[in-house]
Amino acid sequence: MLISCPLCGPRDATEFRYVDERRQRPDPEQASPQQWRDYLYVRANPSGPARELWLHRSGCRQYLFVDRHTLTNEVQTAALARTEGTR
Amino acid sequence: MATASHQRQRSRRRPGARFSAFGLLRQGLTRADWPRVWRHRDLAGSYDAVIVGGGVHGLATAYYLAKNHGMHNIAVLEKSYLGSGGSGRNTAIIRSNYLTPEGVRFYDRSVRLYEELACDLNFNVMFSQRGHLTLAHNDSSLRTMRWRAEVNSLEGVDSRVIDATEVARLVPQLDMSEHAHHPILGGLYHPPGGIIRHDAVVWGYARAADALGVHLHQGTELTGIDVVDGAVRGVQTNRGTISTPVVVNCTAGWASVIADMAGVGLPITTFPLQAAVTEPVRPFLDTVVVSGSLHVYVSQTARGELVFGAAVDPFPSYSMRGSLQFTESVAGHVLELMPALSQLRMLRQWAGLCDMTPDFSPVMGITPVDGFYVDVGWGTYGFKAAPVAGETMAELIATGKTPDMIAGFDLARFADGRLVGERGAAAVGH
Repeated sequence: MLISCPLCGPRDATEFRYVDERRQRPDPEQASPQQWRDYLYVRANPSGPARELWLHRSGCRQYLFVDRHTLTNEVQTAALARTEGTR
Repeated sequence: MATASHQRQRSRRRPGARFSAFGLLRQGLTRADWPRVWRHRDLAGSYDAVIVGGGVHGLATAYYLAKNHGMHNIAVLEKSYLGSGGSGRNTAIIRSNYLTPEGVRFYDRSVRLYEELACDLNFNVMFSQRGHLTLAHNDSSLRTMRWRAEVNSLEGVDSRVIDATEVARLVPQLDMSEHAHHPILGGLYHPPGGIIRHDAVVWGYARAADALGVHLHQGTELTGIDVVDGAVRGVQTNRGTISTPVVVNCTAGWASVIADMAGVGLPITTFPLQAAVTEPVRPFLDTVVVSGSLHVYVSQTARGELVFGAAVDPFPSYSMRGSLQFTESVAGHVLELMPALSQLRMLRQWAGLCDMTPDFSPVMGITPVDGFYVDVGWGTYGFKAAPVAGETMAELIATGKTPDMIAGFDLARFADGRLVGERGAAAVGH
């Protein structure tokens, strides 16, 4: 499985660390305990196209938004998380 | 050769007829075909309960619903063939030396059910209680093992910490030198642990459930769950719709997908776990050997093949393909433990899907949707738990009351912050 890092080019997945699904953190001022616990524990865990957050651990050490198909492990896109703004 | 008399003989013999030594002799002498182990049924328009997933959990749940609670109008839906998922992909290890008291009680009940299973199902499941040995490579592992052994003893489970000399006596093939990268300091020895023929467990439960009138539908994929006013009304499948008040999600790997059809979110992420077997050799390894630090477990099957299992892959996926990276790392770790195996050839490798939860414990019981039950999140410990999971889920569905043994594994624990924290599970860094 290859991930095309926007800074380093196509690299083997072993260089990266999977962090989590790409999700919006609830607003700490507004969120109910239930919303926090859903954010903490519940996952979409899709079988198919997934939007994820990865860390290029053994490369540029940047966080990346990776779009990947979880059945085939095919990576569609990988973009720098910092330039896309919110995690 | 299918002669006319042959055909008559086959049609006379009903599925589910009891196996016996006499039957084996007669079958051997007449060389007649064995009867089919379960029947093909037409999909009925309604069932009292629909169980999703024709693996060992779904089949056990159906079997105990029929046997213990008299519910016979049940369907088990399997999108592929029976036992095609985790039930046929695990490394068939049975044990109960877990860390939390609720975990130990639960898995101990499962081991006891497994001990009686061949008799109960009239089907040889080849349960070999050859002992289970977890190796300690450092002081912190030994400390956790002493903790586990104490919890196990208090719950009446045979489990004790042994020193390096006894480890060497049990498994002489281990590299016990002090110069090893991960020297072996001792281990947690669990004599009732062992291995089983996992396909036989699936077939045994399927045959027994079929004999009790349960409909087993292979090649039947769930495509939707009808929920009206917060309660299950029925399901849609690729073979038609079924009306039912009860749907039980007994899937592994697809648990989130099925739960999503009922609008239930689960705290599950699906990871592949890879395993491999070598070519068969003469029996030499009489113990299941596990190393948490090296993320590897080794056992020898009745056929003589060595079975290797690993930790889960480092990222979630539904892909069940193997990888060279895994093969290299597991082979390297096995050779660190047993250098003498260096000439063995690997026969095949595969992957199974593990539904990991945040606290390494299953999610069992009711959900916010009335009539939608879950028996999911079985991570790396689902196969060994199948009998007790089936027994307790059947009790819950039939009586409407959650058995004490699984009360701590409910879905609501994540909303209430009551996580279990089972660090005695396989594939967990200690």
